[in-house]
Amino acid sequence: MSHEEEKVKVIDARGSYCPGPLMELIRTVKQSNIGDIIEVWSSDGGSQRDIPKWTEKAGHEFLGVIHEKGYDRIRVRKTR
Amino acid sequence: MADKLAMVVFSGTVDKLLPVGIIASGGVAMGLDVEIFLTFWGLNAFRKDWVNRNTRFSKDYEDMAAMMMQVMKDKNVPSWFETLKKAKEIGNVRIHACAMTYDMLQMKKDDLVDIVDDVMAVGEFVDIAKDAKFTLFI
Repeated sequence: MSHEEEKVKVIDARGSYCPGPLMELIRTVKQSNIGDIIEVWSSDGGSQRDIPKWTEKAGHEFLGVIHEKGYDRIRVRKTR
Repeated sequence: MADKLAMVVFSGTVDKLLPVGIIASGGVAMGLDVEIFLTFWGLNAFRKDWVNRNTRFSKDYEDMAAMMMQVMKDKNVPSWFETLKKAKEIGNVRIHACAMTYDMLQMKKDDLVDIVDDVMAVGEFVDIAKDAKFTLFI
């Protein structure tokens, strides 16, 4: 990813079940500034589907998923 | 005006209250306003002195209640109450106590947890629910 130099807010929601990681993301996005990148760490399979859907619906930018061992790093940019 | 999701919560067992919290979370996540009407056992579940002690399960699944409660504890699944409270922090969730149950059980506002917004008569709730995209009876 090309955002390495930008500041990324990390939410470690590993071990939390649906809809926990999504709710944590929404809370953080609300408190962030436009342009901020937020990365959710989630071990819950539902997040991979829920988070892109929410991002699209809420009008933010979905930046992608990095798969790690046992969890995913899901990145979103706040755009509005 | 945001789309609405309405729920009538009649049940007071943990196995049915957890989906109430989770569906409310999904609702606010997707930008819906959530309107909840608590009646009978559903309202009883929101008593301050009972909300965190409640381990009751539906009769059908009673034999599995202890196992399920243990699984939820081991996996740190937040309680139905925590889940619903979080949903209310994130979006528009309004929780109404059924006036009939409230009066019948001689409740006072102070008996109920503070996420309950008001006491409402059924007619007023039905009037709200008629504009909802869908209404669930749980």
